[in-house]
Amino acid sequence: MEAPKELRYSQEHEWVLVEEDNLATIGITDHAQDQLGDVVFVELPEPDTQLTQDEPFGVVESVKAVSDIYAPVSGTVKEVNTELLNTPETLNEDPYGDAWLVQVEMNDPEELDALMTAEEYERFVEEEQESADE
Amino acid sequence: MTANRTPLYKVHRALGARMIEFGGWQMPVQYSGILAEHRAVRTQVGLFDLSHMGEIEIAGPRAYEVCQELFVTDIARIQVMQAQYSVMCFADGGIVDDVIIYRLAEERYLVCVNAANRTTDYEWMAQHNRDRAEVIDRSDEYALLALQGPQARTVLSHLTPPNLSAIRRYWAAQGEVAGVPTLLARTGYTGEDGFELFVPAERAEHIWQACGEAGRAANLVPVGLGARDTLRLEAGYLLYGNDIDARTTPLEAGLRRLVYFEAGPFVGSEALRKQQADGIEKQLVGIKMEAAGIPRQGYTIWSGEQQVGVVTSGTQSPMLGVGIALGYVSPSCADEKSKRALQTDKAGHVYSSGTPLAVAIRNRRIPATVVKPPFYRRS
Repeated sequence: MEAPKELRYSQEHEWVLVEEDNLATIGITDHAQDQLGDVVFVELPEPDTQLTQDEPFGVVESVKAVSDIYAPVSGTVKEVNTELLNTPETLNEDPYGDAWLVQVEMNDPEELDALMTAEEYERFVEEEQESADE
Repeated sequence: MTANRTPLYKVHRALGARMIEFGGWQMPVQYSGILAEHRAVRTQVGLFDLSHMGEIEIAGPRAYEVCQELFVTDIARIQVMQAQYSVMCFADGGIVDDVIIYRLAEERYLVCVNAANRTTDYEWMAQHNRDRAEVIDRSDEYALLALQGPQARTVLSHLTPPNLSAIRRYWAAQGEVAGVPTLLARTGYTGEDGFELFVPAERAEHIWQACGEAGRAANLVPVGLGARDTLRLEAGYLLYGNDIDARTTPLEAGLRRLVYFEAGPFVGSEALRKQQADGIEKQLVGIKMEAAGIPRQGYTIWSGEQQVGVVTSGTQSPMLGVGIALGYVSPSCADEKSKRALQTDKAGHVYSSGTPLAVAIRNRRIPATVVKPPFYRRS
């Protein structure tokens, strides 16, 4: 699956969608879900939790592994995708759509500058895989 | 050092398997996905490459005597072509390895051992053999395939004479599978009906493909080590290196039923007798989570405000949809209520089924209950 052009990406394989004002929707990438395998458990923060860029704010568990989810931007949690808690497999099926994790009000939209474009992210994933194969 | 490859390595790559290193081998961890593979074995049939496992033969007029010393079981109870799950112990009672012993003939035993232990097991056996029997590492000669699931027998019956797929559970037979001489055993590590096929390494691909074709109508899928682990854990089988090792004894691991003190002295029998008399300091238990949360290896186990143990294997049970685990708990750490409950347990176990515990998952203690494995039983 190609990384959607309208999103920004972190090195920890999260995506951000900025729609209006300072509201940013956050999820994990298709590459991230593929690497995890079957997702069976998701832990997300409560509304009003403060997220700090590059700090873990939630957990995704596959059958085999536990992975922290890192905040691609800082901000206050406004919405939480609570449906995902009951249907964690959605993360494998629709990582860029129904499986969004949280929506935050950003503290500092300039943090977005540190993130990658779709094209940069795809190159980043390729390079990461090449170095893993060595 | 690069990891070993089984004779089916190229087949796995062609099937798009994700490979990992396990016990010094490059093995498929998953093909289509762990959950799908797990469910296929529970509901239909799955095919496994287990060629990383070792096979060591002990043969000769004194093989019986050597085996009786090496294993905690009563070798005389194993009839020709019967299989027996057992363990080898160190002198202090710690476990060298858990194995399946196949008695191939009156004076010939084939011992199936864990991949990572193959060399240490062979050396251990050779050392205790003291030139009485022939101890031969045959691991490179065999590939091991497993056909597991409710449809396993039907699939196998397409490839063998009818009497072969009718062997009883924990029995074996020599015969042909898809025209290839095979040692065929009705054994497995999944909690389902199934067979393990010891085949000549150079014919492994032929038999793999034949199983694939014979299994098409039953929707046979290849299954990797990921689902092998969730299947064995649901079935309550122990994994060497996680749940048992040199620092655990069969008594602590809940394997008392395997130990035949009366069959004769074996390596470790003195230490185990003493432990039996003194009581165990830790006890393996099955744990089922009572709320959302997945127990993992290394997570701590709590009784009230006391840490009483550590998880050795854990996962989300694909069939039950809850977290399940195996772990060791220490009787001496039990709270008073558990200790009182203990008086009625004849086996001397502090933690009997129903004992409430908790598992610490990311600094939260999630409620759990002691259950007697298997966690999942086939209907």
